[in-house]
Amino acid sequence: MRILILKAAVIALSSLVLLACGSGESRVAQGNREGILHYGNGTEPQGLDPHVVTGIPENHIVRALFEGLTVKNPWTLEPEPGVAQSWDISEDGRIITFHLNPEARWSNGEAMTARDYVWSWHRALNPAMGNQYAYMLYPVKNAEAFATGKLQDFADVGVKALDSQTLQVTLTEPTPYFIQLMDHYSTFAVHRATLEKFGKATDRFTQWTRVENIVGNGAFRLKEWKLNRRITIAKSDTYWDRENVKLNGVVFYPTENISSEERMFRAGQLHYTQTIPLDKIPVYRAQKNSAYVNSPYLGTYYYLLNINKPPLDDVRVRQALSMAIDREKLNRTVLHGVNVPAYSITPPDTLGYYPPKLFGHDVEQARQLLADAGFPDGQGWPGLELTYNTSESHRKIVVALQQMWKEALNIDVVLSNQEWKVYLDSVDEMNFQIARRGWIGDYVDANNFLDLFLCGGGNNNTGFCDPYYDELIMRRAPQATNREERYAIFREAETLLMQQMPIIPIYTYTSNHLIHPSVQDMPSNLMDSLNLKYVWLDENWESAQ
Amino acid sequence: MWRFIGYRLLQAIPVILAVITVTFFLVRAAPGGPFDSEKAVIPEVRAALEAQYRLDQPLLQQYAAYLGDLAQGELGPSFKYPGRSVNELIAAGLPVTAELGFYALLVAIIIGGVAGVIASLKPNTAQDYIPMSVAMIGICMPSFLLGPLLVLVFGIYLDWLPVSGWGDIPGDKILPAITLGSTYAAYIARLSRAGMLEVMSQDYIRTARAKGLPEWQVVTRHALRGGLIPVVAFLGPAFAGLLSGSFVVETIFQIPGLGRFYVQAAFNRDYTMILGTTVFLSTLIVLFNLLSDILAAWMNPRLRAQFREQ
Repeated sequence: MRILILKAAVIALSSLVLLACGSGESRVAQGNREGILHYGNGTEPQGLDPHVVTGIPENHIVRALFEGLTVKNPWTLEPEPGVAQSWDISEDGRIITFHLNPEARWSNGEAMTARDYVWSWHRALNPAMGNQYAYMLYPVKNAEAFATGKLQDFADVGVKALDSQTLQVTLTEPTPYFIQLMDHYSTFAVHRATLEKFGKATDRFTQWTRVENIVGNGAFRLKEWKLNRRITIAKSDTYWDRENVKLNGVVFYPTENISSEERMFRAGQLHYTQTIPLDKIPVYRAQKNSAYVNSPYLGTYYYLLNINKPPLDDVRVRQALSMAIDREKLNRTVLHGVNVPAYSITPPDTLGYYPPKLFGHDVEQARQLLADAGFPDGQGWPGLELTYNTSESHRKIVVALQQMWKEALNIDVVLSNQEWKVYLDSVDEMNFQIARRGWIGDYVDANNFLDLFLCGGGNNNTGFCDPYYDELIMRRAPQATNREERYAIFREAETLLMQQMPIIPIYTYTSNHLIHPSVQDMPSNLMDSLNLKYVWLDENWESAQ
Repeated sequence: MWRFIGYRLLQAIPVILAVITVTFFLVRAAPGGPFDSEKAVIPEVRAALEAQYRLDQPLLQQYAAYLGDLAQGELGPSFKYPGRSVNELIAAGLPVTAELGFYALLVAIIIGGVAGVIASLKPNTAQDYIPMSVAMIGICMPSFLLGPLLVLVFGIYLDWLPVSGWGDIPGDKILPAITLGSTYAAYIARLSRAGMLEVMSQDYIRTARAKGLPEWQVVTRHALRGGLIPVVAFLGPAFAGLLSGSFVVETIFQIPGLGRFYVQAAFNRDYTMILGTTVFLSTLIVLFNLLSDILAAWMNPRLRAQFREQ
């Protein structure tokens, strides 16, 4: 009996091996033939409700299943028509009128109306909803008051359906980036009847986003959702611009292990990887017709300085620490030259805005500043602790910084790594001296980086507070009449910020992907914004090369 | 026998209750909460979220409510995946992990059992040392090393097997099963060698040989049953260990199992998910231990006799 089981098992195992050897065509080759993109999406999405989710993997799927009033063009990032076929902005910049495309349909065939937006924004801003991205709609008049419970009547919020095809939005201040925000999922419309069928509008736990229930309005519809395995979407036959959608479908894979993701790519299981392990970059760079794509990304990697705690309460110490860092060398060695050294918070060329560069790598001046602050050649240095969240790449950087500070300034810095949530707690409680931080822009505008450092701002986390800085960002920039004037005000504010140095910028992020040569019209852009509508797969990519 | 089982089941209740209590208060004592993220959450939003998950109530009240739900088999909504209940997530992950565990155990028994028996037949010779050294390497080699190594050789260089997935591409279950099973194969090899050595020196083996039976029949017919008792006793905890410890293999091969949920839940501070999986897995461990004790008793005539006397 036992022998029999053993024999059966051996036969079963070996037949499996044989079976596997027989499968010739890779998933990518099959996908190219069938017009199905196999996409490494980082992690399993939390969900697909546009007013609940918060992450990047969610963003990729939600923006394929739903479409905003406007859509970012993936080449230029300029807004182009989505559900709205056009929009007018009043002379004072405060009233925006969206004209909906009469062909815009929900995936169940119903026409989309301006009332869908009024109802959806009511939901997105409802305090009971707990929508973490409700602030995307704060430029709308009274939206913030409603979202924070200070205003009860939604009728006072600046959004109105003039008729079924016309949506009028009233803003508190002219907000040049507001049109861009219409491509953020928290401003998307959701299908009221579907939601109400499965629960209360503000209920986070309903099942309306399940495959059999969901109604969207995007270029694709949800076909299959296998938890932690894959999410499959297929081209929608109700989408207004369906003639221009080239892919037949996309399969999203949760690939949180980046080494596995890279192996999947190499084995022909993926067209696209969310990222690439740092140590693999030199290997891919050396290849001819490399699949490796590196491009600037709207994000900054920096360190928070707690300016309430000595010795960092002295601006000279903060400047000395920052100047003693050789960012070029750090980037060249530790980071394999992947990123761009940063000397300020806003990434360069943020819609034409360039941040000021007030300092560079200057050991002499750093030593002088430290001596002026009372620590000549590191004497009397009280010690400093640098907190970062546990990660191999962060560790490599902090170790390099520790060494640079020791060599340049003769000071000791203790490194302390913390598990992610513990680290978030420490930063939130201001329970640190120096802490690692990254900020990724929600929209392409310097304001999104500079308003981090307003007095008491939720993401300030440094203790920095300058009323004049607040005045520049909150009052003067919104009232600027043109882009030059507005950017000049931003530059003044950013100069002030970097003189005070409550943060040490390290580098501007870049996005790093492996993209199969058959993938066409998936351009790199500053927001790593994916618009699957344009993407297509070239079956004959080999002859094209 | 029934009294023994009933007694053991009663014993399990306080054990599981203790696990629930300790886990419940430990996860809440850990710094950082489920709604902390890199972007600041405004107080109104945080309050709304906490209210939706009952976190605004006093801790003891939350505990009582949790026990009440648990008594009805409800593990609560997940924090990380709104719209999914912990029951649903476990139901999605468990069959995959159990299947993986089963194949891994099969691999472990076949490789480990054969190696152990071969080694035991000629103790302290090359036939003993070679399989046992390999077994030792198996124990020492962590799966996060063995997995990628197997993938590189069989998945990428030889291109025989898929590098990841579960049930998507034919053959994608082989490498994970071998990776997960190899550590246990090594343990089983050592256990079966020790068990066989002990049995082979028993009188009844000498009797079997004296009857003139060929050596292979002595081994398969008479020695194996007794020699593998330690292995059987190990299988229960091993299977429970495979279920709760498959996280690394599941991550390497992108397998949608329970292990991935379990570990991610801890990182996400997904309170209900941490509790749900812990309670569920600890119950399984208790049950499997009991099961393997029963099986060992059934295989061992002496223990069986003891039960009969009771």
